Amino acid sequence: MENKNFDIIIIGGGPAGLTAGIYLSRAKVNVLIVNEGISGGQMVLTHQIANYPGFENISGYALSKTMEKQAKAFGCNILSNVNLTKVSLNNEIKKVEINSKDIYTSKAVIIATGGKSRELGVIGEKDFAGKGVSYCATCDGDFFQNKEIFVVGGGNSALEEAVSLTQYASKVTIIHEFDYFQANNHAIEEAKKNSKIDFILNSTITGFYGEESLKRATVKNLKTGEEIDKNIDGVFIFIGYVPQSEFFKEQITTNSRREIIVDKNLTTNIPGVFAAGDVIEKRYRQITTAVSDGTVAALNAIEFIQK
Amino acid sequence: MNTLSTDLTHITSEAQYNEILKTQENVMICCGRMGPMCIPVYGEMEELESEYTNVKFYDMLFDLPDAHVIRNLKECSGFMGIPFTIYYKNGQVVKATSSIQSRKQITEILNEKFGK
Ligand SMILES: Cc1cc2nc3c(=O)[nH]c(=O)nc-3n(C[C@H](O)[C@H](O)[C@H](O)COP(=O)(O)OP(=O)(O)OC[C@H]3O[C@@H](n4cnc5c(N)ncnc54)[C@H](O)[C@@H]3O)c2cc1C
Repeated sequence: MENKNFDIIIIGGGPAGLTAGIYLSRAKVNVLIVNEGISGGQMVLTHQIANYPGFENISGYALSKTMEKQAKAFGCNILSNVNLTKVSLNNEIKKVEINSKDIYTSKAVIIATGGKSRELGVIGEKDFAGKGVSYCATCDGDFFQNKEIFVVGGGNSALEEAVSLTQYASKVTIIHEFDYFQANNHAIEEAKKNSKIDFILNSTITGFYGEESLKRATVKNLKTGEEIDKNIDGVFIFIGYVPQSEFFKEQITTNSRREIIVDKNLTTNIPGVFAAGDVIEKRYRQITTAVSDGTVAALNAIEFIQK
Repeated sequence: MNTLSTDLTHITSEAQYNEILKTQENVMICCGRMGPMCIPVYGEMEELESEYTNVKFYDMLFDLPDAHVIRNLKECSGFMGIPFTIYYKNGQVVKATSSIQSRKQITEILNEKFGK
């Protein structure tokens, strides 16, 4: 890309970033989206979306492609699959360095880096990912026909996915760190009344072991400290999400959950730096709310650069 | 449906698979479904195609009967997550991965096994 100076740079190309891109490019603002992954963010990980108004049912992939196409059609520049290596946000002219070599500048920045699935962070988790450890029931469930599996977590995703996994597995044991669940009552009831589902509460997994594929996991009781070894074929992990704000932590104020703190205009602690979508402090994380944030951030960013 | 909705070249039969391995030096095949762990890998491959002109990129639908040529590879015996992504040099498997892979993981393999 020859031009390296933009009015506004958006970091992140999920629904929040793409929406901001659509609004800005349509307003003839010179805008660049830099995105670590492929356009769409977590939407791409979503098999079917049934709650995005205007589409009765659409795959996350198709919705992502449509949003990207729409942004590009208005002239939005998009750099996907790049590696953000440095940002300096404090000065009037913001600098964004990519792949340790290309520096792009702008008068304002919108951070829309979203979130990603939380990992347990224990021994063997990475080694056995795709070999018994999974984060996606719809993708990998059918590898566990008539096998025993664990589901880790106590929220809606964990309980709902545990129920859906009983169509394949002979037994599903839900392992949860507390003795109560964060899921809604309906999800809890559905899990409790399923005869294939068992519970190990006040517990967590401390390690994954096996050879070619997962064979065992160690489960620790968090009240007694007792650790037991369990033979297991598969473990599905649904323990929530982490905002991707780490990269900006030296410059941007976050709360204890690492969510970026913004005001009602979605401005961060730095003038000219806005944040939108799942990365900000908010209660509901959905495509609709990300799209809404993207709009608000874009319109306020336009006002900021025109001052 | 016997192909995936990607912009990659699709492999739809065992015969086509065998022909590719016989005639192409460096090959990467991603065998999966249109699911959350697979789509990002196809997306990476679509973009890498123009960068790695020395490598041929293909996909194959996991549920095709002929996809047994990949599902049953000994290199995939411990795999329990799609997609199965296989790298071949002169018809021989040089690397196989299961489940979602980042661009960094894919390019590290491409660079190590095939160069640029
Ligand atoms: C499995 C699953 C199913 C879901 N189902 C639904 C549903 O049915 N309906 C619904 O409304 N919502 C659903 N959601 C939630 C919804 O997808 C998110 O709320 C939404 O995608 C958030 O949008 P975002 O733009 O804020 O962030 P994201 O979608 O997370 O996008 C952020 C983008 O920023 C990029 N990025 C991160 N860090 C950097 C960096 N340092 N530099 C450059 N780029 C970076 C990422 O690669 C990504 O592309 C689901 C989420 C998941 C995981």
